[in-house]
Amino acid sequence: MLAYLAKRVGMMIITMFLIITLTFFLMHAIPGGPFTSEKMLAPEIEAALNAKFGLDDPIWVQYINYLKGILTFDLGPSFKYPGVRVNDLILDGLPVTAQTGFLALLCVAALGIPLGVLAALNQNKWQDTAVMMFATIGVAIPSYVVATVALYFFALKLNLVPTFGLDDWRGYILPVVALSGFWLSFIARLSRSSLLEVLGQDYMVTAKAKGLHPFTVLFKHGLRNALIPIVTVLGPVVANLLTGSFVIEQIFALPGIGRHFVLSISNRDYTTIMGITIFYAAFLMVMILIVDMLYMLLDPRIKLAEKSK
Amino acid sequence: MIISKQWLLDDAPKSRTQAQLGRLYVVCLQLAHNPLAVIGAIIIGGLIITALFAPWIATHSPIAQDLSNRLLPPSSTHWMGTDELGRDIWSRVVFGSQITLTIVMLVAVIAAPLGLVVGAIAGYFGGWADRVLMSITDIFLSMPKLILALAFVAALGPGIENAIIAIAITSWPAYARIARAETLTIRNAEFVQAVKLQGASSTRIIARHILPLCTSSMIVRVTLDMAGIILTAAGLGFIGLGAQPPLPEWGAMISRGRVFILDQWWVATMPGFAIILVSLGFCFLGDGLRDVLDPKHGSE
Repeated sequence: MLAYLAKRVGMMIITMFLIITLTFFLMHAIPGGPFTSEKMLAPEIEAALNAKFGLDDPIWVQYINYLKGILTFDLGPSFKYPGVRVNDLILDGLPVTAQTGFLALLCVAALGIPLGVLAALNQNKWQDTAVMMFATIGVAIPSYVVATVALYFFALKLNLVPTFGLDDWRGYILPVVALSGFWLSFIARLSRSSLLEVLGQDYMVTAKAKGLHPFTVLFKHGLRNALIPIVTVLGPVVANLLTGSFVIEQIFALPGIGRHFVLSISNRDYTTIMGITIFYAAFLMVMILIVDMLYMLLDPRIKLAEKSK
Repeated sequence: MIISKQWLLDDAPKSRTQAQLGRLYVVCLQLAHNPLAVIGAIIIGGLIITALFAPWIATHSPIAQDLSNRLLPPSSTHWMGTDELGRDIWSRVVFGSQITLTIVMLVAVIAAPLGLVVGAIAGYFGGWADRVLMSITDIFLSMPKLILALAFVAALGPGIENAIIAIAITSWPAYARIARAETLTIRNAEFVQAVKLQGASSTRIIARHILPLCTSSMIVRVTLDMAGIILTAAGLGFIGLGAQPPLPEWGAMISRGRVFILDQWWVATMPGFAIILVSLGFCFLGDGLRDVLDPKHGSE
């Protein structure tokens, strides 16, 4: 297990290095510096700004400096907000993004899996049809449409929830619903097909024939095996929910990381774009690694070190 | 040569074309038994026809502004109403189908063959080629898709071409993995050994004997992914980083229409319906194709 972990961490470091290099050179391949798109600055001021941020150094010096910064977890200054560091921006947005993401994750797990189980146990009955219809539509409707329609009815027409902001608990409802919609449907579909496959296995028949209580059969023999493919996709799902909310944050004007990211793109705030890209990538990879580790603990048959060969 | 039912279902086809057409016919027959798949196929067919004949289907110009007729509700002259610049929404939705179809086709044309070739080469040769290619694939696979797409768009500038490139670059690794898995199961098959004995080169074996067998699972996967690709592209348009105005891109149309949602609901709703319809169509067709082409993973 340790050898496997070491190998995975090694791969992660290589991947991170490539992502950092890629984003760095992508951002520096754009013609014009971060200050040229502003209103016309006096040449001396622009030169002074470039010197202050080290932008007049040769590109490889900048690159080495940037790598050095990352080794000490310093993502550099923001070009847009004077005196603010990218680290501050991320730390500022993280609580909001993490809270909505975590609530959405709870929704996905607590509703998605039971819905899938309900559908599988009642295959081809009305419950199955209803769940599958809901899940197929949920996969096809984009989150921003859900968010817009929900805002229209629940916030503007019925006045049940605020239209933006997270001042009280009701502010969370719509963002969480919009955020979890797609993955909830996805997990419900996956749980259904996974459980259906398990229900057809011989050991399920054996368990039933032994006269085990139906609950034991379902939970101990059925669900435990059916959950394995679900756990596999959980890593990316967690990362997507905790990070992939910039559209939602934009709609509900939530001050999260995603909003900073979108703003930094339209502001051409290069260090912030690079910093948040790198932060997201690192987060995603750590999440996937954690889930893979859990996966190995859950299912003793799986030896990941062998599988990865 | 007459194309008849008998000719198509012949057990001993006399030519490659006959065998392929026959196979296609059987797949279509099976699809026709699945009502959802038929609906999906009709929607996708409709999308293609709308995109091809957009100038004839649209009633107005998609970009001509008419400020005296702004924000009109749906009526007999403006079937879906008009937007904040007096443009006819029906015509914009119709022309928007061209953009959606272009995105879908280009991503399929770039990402699927790339993944197919990388996966087949890795699977067929094994050894260090496999290790190197799969490491590269894994590295790309572990990059956050949308974030990377956004970073690309940020660097190359907002625009539909850059959005397409970004989506294609982030979606090929999944196809490479599938192609590799398929190749591994067939590379030691007897028919491959037979062509090898006949002296066929590796290129020929991969191109003529292995790739064709990988295509059916690839088609299923690409169709199922299409809905996600459309939603991603529209999402980029929605936050202003995809297609740029005045292009009638559906996501961008929703985004601008949101401002008027209180009093002029149709501005945002109509393109929203279009997106949902098309992505539902791809979901239905993909599910149906999976049941027919890949019975192992389909719902029995």
